Amino acid sequence: MAEAQNIPVGSTTAGSIAVAAESTVVSRMSAPPSFDVADFPVPHGREEEWRFTPLERLRGLHDGTAVATEGLKVDVQAPEGVTVATVGRDDVRLGKAGTPVDRVAAQAYSAFEKAGVITVPKETVLTEPIRVAVHGEGGTAFAHQVIELGAFAEAVVVIDHTGDAVLAANVDYILGDGAKLTVVSVQDWDDKAVHVAQHNALIGRDASFKSVVVTFGGDVVRLHPRVTYAGTGGEAELFGLYFTDAGQHQEHRLLVTHNTPHCKSNVVYKGALQGDDAHAVWIGDVLIEAKAEGTDTYEMNRNLVLTDGARVDSVPNLEIETGEIVGAGHASATGRFDDEQLFYLMARGIPEHEARRLVVRGFFAELVQQIGIEDIEERLIARIEEELEASVA
Amino acid sequence: MATLEIRDLRVTVEADNATKEILKGVDLTVKQGETHAIMGPNGSGKSTLAYSLAGHPKYTITGGTVTLDGEDVLEMSVDERARAGLFLAMQYPVEVPGVSVSNFLRTSATAIRGEAPKLRTWVKEVKEAMERLNMDPSFAERNVNEGFSGGEKKRHEILQLELLKPKIAILDETDSGLDVDALRVVSEGVNRVRETGEVGTLLITHYTRILRYIKPDHVHVFAAGRIAESGGPELADKLEAEGYEAYTKGGASA
Ligand SMILES: Nc1ncnc2c1ncn2[C@@H]1O[C@H](COP(=O)(O)OP(=O)(O)OP(=O)(O)O)[C@@H](O)[C@H]1O
Ligand SMILES: [Mg+2]
Repeated sequence: MAEAQNIPVGSTTAGSIAVAAESTVVSRMSAPPSFDVADFPVPHGREEEWRFTPLERLRGLHDGTAVATEGLKVDVQAPEGVTVATVGRDDVRLGKAGTPVDRVAAQAYSAFEKAGVITVPKETVLTEPIRVAVHGEGGTAFAHQVIELGAFAEAVVVIDHTGDAVLAANVDYILGDGAKLTVVSVQDWDDKAVHVAQHNALIGRDASFKSVVVTFGGDVVRLHPRVTYAGTGGEAELFGLYFTDAGQHQEHRLLVTHNTPHCKSNVVYKGALQGDDAHAVWIGDVLIEAKAEGTDTYEMNRNLVLTDGARVDSVPNLEIETGEIVGAGHASATGRFDDEQLFYLMARGIPEHEARRLVVRGFFAELVQQIGIEDIEERLIARIEEELEASVA
Repeated sequence: MATLEIRDLRVTVEADNATKEILKGVDLTVKQGETHAIMGPNGSGKSTLAYSLAGHPKYTITGGTVTLDGEDVLEMSVDERARAGLFLAMQYPVEVPGVSVSNFLRTSATAIRGEAPKLRTWVKEVKEAMERLNMDPSFAERNVNEGFSGGEKKRHEILQLELLKPKIAILDETDSGLDVDALRVVSEGVNRVRETGEVGTLLITHYTRILRYIKPDHVHVFAAGRIAESGGPELADKLEAEGYEAYTKGGASA
């Protein structure tokens, strides 16, 4: 099931498919999940979940020294029928979709003062997206956001992160039975931003969840999208696209837990890297529990290394505790920019920078097409072009 | 009249930490309207010649000159050579995932012609060219060479030849891997371009079979990195009958 892996210099790809009685996804963590930051020791960097992350660049989010300040604005624009509320720490909807699994997520949960809750009532089908603009003006913030869809509700949420901030956050997506939620989270931060977040999706019976994570900016971005199922027939599509430039650390750690029979998951993350010390990390954990018969899952990560000096760590990990499944597979590949492709295009008169652009666009095209929201697709293509322009110039 | 002049061309490649000379002084002149067949055994350096003319970065030119109408080709980048009028139909065309044939063709035609072709006439032009090569219209929406069969890749190369109208076309084993029907279709494509009288053709091949469809004016035997013998079409008949043995055994003599 694992595909051939081609590994250029400066990258690692370690994949595994384990058939196990008990999961190691859980036992690999240095502490069990908890809402309390005190339950996690301060990481030193060698822990499984921190070993790729430059702790010294987290601006104290991991060791309790980061202090919340003014300077992060959140603006929500929601169509009619949607409730947008700011609630206190005791609201029962908080933390329902998942529990923090590492110290920074627990720090965020322990330190936020007010949480945002966006509710789409049952059977409400939105025709316009909900837009959440998160803009940093140099502040440090701990945040919690809940997006809840009632049964058979349908919504698209676009979350934009821009500006400069140090942000630790938990984001919960709660999908009622038969609900359909698409969330596009764009990390388009300025160069200095640090953003560490855990995304928890809890998918109701026959509900479908599509997550599109797009990371362009920031000094350190470390996102941890997680999915569990509250009923049978749920579907999760997790798409990701990142463009890691010189000096940037962009880490995406996914966990899909198939804890319920007859659910599907499909994970596709693609990244391009360019410049010295560009570092992308992708961890794709999929756990199929013993009771999750009829599971259908596939996860894939592809990286395109455009220049020397960039580094990729890609680790797909699939654990299967039942043989009664429809399908399970993973693939990870990291390739250098293919000079033969470049030659072919240039031999047809196409100038080098245009040829490079064609190839990189092509690399992302299939993924972008799967997003299914036209203005987002166009924006992403435009943004990819900008990144390339900057590199080619 | 466009003329490609190759003088004493010497080319090396780096392989296993050693420098290996592949082309050992190639002399050849190809004029617009002419068709030259270059025939030779496996490994004699035919593709190396083709790639070197197109400017592939793997090949290092260590001596000699190549000019197109007096312009120094070796000074030009790969894309400049193409825009100057050189075209290489490749022996092993490369897959370009995520780039559709129609996007590729249009981008290429825009680069070669110096302006974007008018959309309406362009669509028609491509459609008709594809029809002539028995290519299903659905190919336009597929990714370049991705999942194409050997024969489909070759048709796609000739499609580009017809659309880009180069001054000098180098066809590297366009015939290999084709069944008889495909060979005929592809050869007809090449002949349509030849009949304009505006292209000089360098037809690289291992087999004489394609020469029944595409009649060369000149035939050259390529062996051990240089042209070992040149003649008219009758040389191909001799090769057909005797093979390359005479050239590979005792070393080449011009
Ligand atoms: N990139 C390369 N690296 C190492 N050796 C090479 C390279 N390209 C060509 N060669 C060597 O140069 C010689 C000539 O190769 P070339 O492909 O030009 O031959 P050819 O005449 O086209 O053969 P064929 O009929 O098989 O296509 C061969 O020995 C080949 O192994
Ligand atoms: Mg060859």
